[in-house]
Amino acid sequence: MTPQAQAATATIRRGLLLSGIALVGVVLVYALALFNTPTEIRQGLAQKIFYIHVPAAIGALIAFSLVGLVSGVYLWLRDPRLDLFAHASAEVGVVFSVVMLTTGPLWGKPIWGTWWTWDARLTLTLFLFFLFVGYLALRSAVPEPAERARYSAVVGILGLFLVPFVHLSVYLFRTLHPQPVLLKPSAPSMPPEMLRTLLISMGVFTLLYAGFVMTRYGLAILAESTGDSDAD
Amino acid sequence: MTDLIRLAWAIAAKDLRVEMRSRTAIVSAVFFAALVLAIFNFARAPGTVSQAMLAPSVLWVTFTFAAMLTFNRAFALERENAALDGLLVAPIPRGALFLGKYVANLGFVFTVEAVSFPLFVLFFNVSLGDALPSLLLVTGLATVGFVAVGTVFSAMVVRTRFADLLLPLLFLPFLVPPVIGAVQVTTRLLDGRPLSEVWGWLRLLAAYDVVFLTVCAMVFPAILDE
Amino acid sequence: MLRGIDLTVNPGELLIVAGPNGAGKTTLLRILAGLMRPTAGSIRVFGSDLRTDPLRRADVGLLSHQSLLYDDLTPRENLEFAARLYGLDHRSERAGEALAAVGLTDRARDPVRLLSRGMVQRVAIARALLHGPRVLLLDEPFTGLDVPSSRRVTEVLAAQLNAGTAMVLVSHNLPEAWTLASHVSVLVRGKWVIDEPRPADRDAFLARLHTALDD
Repeated sequence: MTPQAQAATATIRRGLLLSGIALVGVVLVYALALFNTPTEIRQGLAQKIFYIHVPAAIGALIAFSLVGLVSGVYLWLRDPRLDLFAHASAEVGVVFSVVMLTTGPLWGKPIWGTWWTWDARLTLTLFLFFLFVGYLALRSAVPEPAERARYSAVVGILGLFLVPFVHLSVYLFRTLHPQPVLLKPSAPSMPPEMLRTLLISMGVFTLLYAGFVMTRYGLAILAESTGDSDAD
Repeated sequence: MTDLIRLAWAIAAKDLRVEMRSRTAIVSAVFFAALVLAIFNFARAPGTVSQAMLAPSVLWVTFTFAAMLTFNRAFALERENAALDGLLVAPIPRGALFLGKYVANLGFVFTVEAVSFPLFVLFFNVSLGDALPSLLLVTGLATVGFVAVGTVFSAMVVRTRFADLLLPLLFLPFLVPPVIGAVQVTTRLLDGRPLSEVWGWLRLLAAYDVVFLTVCAMVFPAILDE
Repeated sequence: MLRGIDLTVNPGELLIVAGPNGAGKTTLLRILAGLMRPTAGSIRVFGSDLRTDPLRRADVGLLSHQSLLYDDLTPRENLEFAARLYGLDHRSERAGEALAAVGLTDRARDPVRLLSRGMVQRVAIARALLHGPRVLLLDEPFTGLDVPSSRRVTEVLAAQLNAGTAMVLVSHNLPEAWTLASHVSVLVRGKWVIDEPRPADRDAFLARLHTALDD
C-alpha cells in the first residue's frame, strides 16, 4: 500500500469514528430534548423536531458555502484535494438538506396547518438543494478528474453568488404578499434549557459534518491513489 | 479593449451566419415558444383563472424555457470537427470567446423573445396601453443576466453525455431571481402601474446582471483551459 | 500522463512522435499547442511560453484529423473567419490565395459539408497555414485520406519544411511523411522508448518498434 493510501485509510477510520460519536450524540440530544427540556406550550411535542431541523439546516448552509469558497480557491491553486473536499462537502450538504426538508414539513403540518409553504427561508433552502443535486449530477457526468474539478468549481462559485439573489427575490416576493396569520412563525424568546439543547445539537451536527466529510474525503483519496493513474 | 470587442464580434457574427445557414435552433425555439403559449392557454380552469392573471407568468416561463433551448447550440457548433480547438489555438483572449458566444446567445434569445411577444399579446388578449417601452426595458434587464449564466453552463455540459438534461438541472435555479422579478414587474406594468412602483425589483434585476456577467466572464476561462 | 518528456525541434525539421493508443500522444500535442497546462515544466516556442504569452500562439499552426472547420460555412468563409482570429489584413485576398494554393478555387463557395474528405483536409491545410506559422503541429493528419490526398498533404508538408517551418507530427503508425522526418520518437505510457534520428530503413525500424512495444 502506498503511503498516500495509508494516510487515506487513516482519514477514513478517523472519519468513521467521529461519525459514530456524532450519531450517538444525536441520540443523546434526542433523549435530552424529550426528557430534560421543557415542552413548548403552544406547539407541544411537535416542537421537539426543532432540535434536529435547525442544526441540519445550518449544517447544510455551511456545507454549501464551503463548497463555493473552496471552489474559488481550487480555480486559483488547482490542488485536486480541494476539489475532493468540495465534493465531500456537497454530498454531506445534500444529506443535511434532505433531513431539513423532511423534518420541516413534519413540523409544519401540525403547527402551520400545511405541509409546505413558500416561506422565504424554505424556498431558499429548496433551491440550494436543487442546485447541489445539479452539482453532483454534473460531477457524475464528467469522467475526467481535472475537467470535472474545473466544471464543478464553476458551479460552486456561481452557486455562492446565487444565494443572496434568491434570498432577496423570495423575500421581496413575500413582503408583497403577506402570509396568513396562521402561517406566521412566532419568534418566542427561548428558555435557557431549550437554548442549551439546541446548542448541544448544533455541536453534535458540526461533529457529524466533520465525520461524514472526513470519511468521504478519505474514500475519494483512496480511490484516486489505487485507481489507474496511467490513464492518458 | 477594441481588439477584444472586434474579436468577440467576429465570433458572434460567425455564429449568426452559421445559424442563418441552418436555422434549426432559432426556428425550433420560436415554434417551441408558440406551442408553449398555446398550451398554457388551455392549462387552466376556464372561468376561474382569467387569462390576464396568468399572462405574466406564462410570458416568462415561455421566454426562459425557449431561451434555454438555444444555449446548447453555441458550443455544440464548436464541437463538430473540433472547431473549438481552432479557436483555442488562435491568439485571442479567452474573454473574447466568452463575449462572442454571449453576444450570439443574447442575439438568439432576443430574437425568440421578439417573435413570441406579439404571439403572447395576441393569444392572451393583452392590452398593452403605453406599457410597451417599460416592458422592453424589463425584458432586457431580466434577459442580460441569465444568458451569461446559460453561456457558461452550456460550455460545460456540451462536453458531457447528458447535455440536454444537465443544462436545465444546473440552470433552472439561476432563473429564480430573474423570473420572479420579471413576472412581478410585468404584472404591475400590465395593470397600468408606473415603473417607479417596481423600483426595488428593477434594482434587483440590474444587480443580478452586473454580478453574473462579471462572475461568468471571470470563471469562463477555467472551463476551457485544460 | 507524461513523465520527463523533453523534445526540441529546429526550423525546417519534422519530428515524428509515434506510439500506441493511450501513450499520451494527444496529451503531448495539446500541451505543445498550449491547450493544456503541463503540471510541471514548460513549452517554449522561439523562447516564449504560450500560456503566459497567448499572443505568441500566432507562431503555431494546428492540422488535425478533425478539420476545425464549420460545415455550414463555405471554405472561403472559414478562412476569412480564421484570418480575423489571427488579426490578418487583406482577409479576402489571403483566403483566395490560400484556396488557390490547395487547388480549391472552384469550390470556394460551396458549404464545407458538401466537400469530399480529401478536399476538406485541403481546406484544413489552408486554414492551418493561413497565418504563416513557424511551428506546425500535426495530429494524425492522414487519417481517412486516400492515397492521392495523402500524397498531396505530404507534398505541402515538404514545401513547408523547405521554407523553414518546424513540425511535430503525432501518429499511431509511421505515416506517409516518414521520409520527410529528421527525427523519430516513440512514446509508450508517457515515456520515450525510442528517441533518435530517423533511420533510413523503415521496415527495420518497424521491426524494432514492435519488439519495443511487446516489452
